[in-house]
Amino acid sequence: MPHDHADHLSPSGHPYRPDDDHPLSYWQTLEIAVRELLVEKEITTAADIAEQIDAMDARNPTMGAQVVARYWTEPEFATALLADGAKATREMGFDIGPMKLIALPNRPDLHNIVVCTLCSCYPRNLLGLPPDWYKSRAYRSRTVREPRKVLAEFGVTLPESTEVRVHDSTADMRYIVIPNRPARTEGLDQAALAALVTRDSMIGTGIARTP
Amino acid sequence: MHRVKVRTDMPPGHVRTPSYLRGKVGVTERVLGPFPNPENLAYGHSGTPLPLYRVRFTMAEIWGADAETPNDTLEAEIYAHWLEPADAA
Amino acid sequence: MGGDAAGPVPTDQHDFALWEKRVDALMVLCSGKGLFTVDGLRRVLEDMGEESFETMTYYERWIASVNQNLIEAGAYTTAELATKMTQVQARGDTYGEASDASG
Repeated sequence: MPHDHADHLSPSGHPYRPDDDHPLSYWQTLEIAVRELLVEKEITTAADIAEQIDAMDARNPTMGAQVVARYWTEPEFATALLADGAKATREMGFDIGPMKLIALPNRPDLHNIVVCTLCSCYPRNLLGLPPDWYKSRAYRSRTVREPRKVLAEFGVTLPESTEVRVHDSTADMRYIVIPNRPARTEGLDQAALAALVTRDSMIGTGIARTP
Repeated sequence: MHRVKVRTDMPPGHVRTPSYLRGKVGVTERVLGPFPNPENLAYGHSGTPLPLYRVRFTMAEIWGADAETPNDTLEAEIYAHWLEPADAA
Repeated sequence: MGGDAAGPVPTDQHDFALWEKRVDALMVLCSGKGLFTVDGLRRVLEDMGEESFETMTYYERWIASVNQNLIEAGAYTTAELATKMTQVQARGDTYGEASDASG
């Protein structure tokens, strides 16, 4: 039996789009055919495919948020994360596969934002699959030319004195932005801090919430 | 940090050097790798290992007078064979 | 694409359908087994041209590219694919029916 996700909720808490009762498309036909051929040729198995889907579903922005909260509260971890983002993340117990990660800390005078103009490179093994807008032609085209206008569309307006630094994720590295720690969060523990860290704040199109 | 210029070549096929950065001058922020050359990997060949540089550009350098905020910056990963020293220029 | 003029960044978000997740999984598994690389995936996506962005969804482009890379790698032949696609289509009119090889 094919793996059935019908009972599950998506990472965003919504049910998956029902795709079983829509007319079969050409590309869906291709997907089924490719998948069955790969299983028949013993290149992969139905179980491996199901397991891979489950592994990807399990990855979501709360993993990255824990990395950020720890960066904010443990100076030794912050140093380790900057030195080798992938190693420090793995040592927290996250299965990020072969991903190479660079952490980009914001400062009051520096705001980082990540884009991939050539495709849709994203730290998927830490944050899960990218949002649709990240893959859109508009985001990929405009972010490198007019990042402040793009940021404004996401509700982030920065003073001229804050440098905006765009990171075009063009090759082998993946990036996570470390947003600035919000004010008046001194008493919060790591779990409470992580709850303030949004997905968009780790892409750079948002900032951390205030409690 | 070294000043480098991205080559202006425009070959067909798969390269990981964005068009908008070709011919632009930046500074190397750090060196990574070696990583296999994606121009080999894309066609099913094993990739020649190459250093990969993170290069920082100013928006003024990339977009000239059209820059949204000239002092804002952009960083991208560029493979070694796409870079040449800019100091001689 | 970087630097081109474009309209506002779209805010709609959809949850991935099962068939899209399967395409994603096939890419990860096949690249993990060394059949092709993410660079091969990107090369074919680029060769499909700008117009494919207007006519195909993200994972439609992906499965087209995954398939081409697998044929290039010798995983199966075009003739085998042709026969299989016809079999799949004959199973029914919906994705659910066509995915069920038991019938």
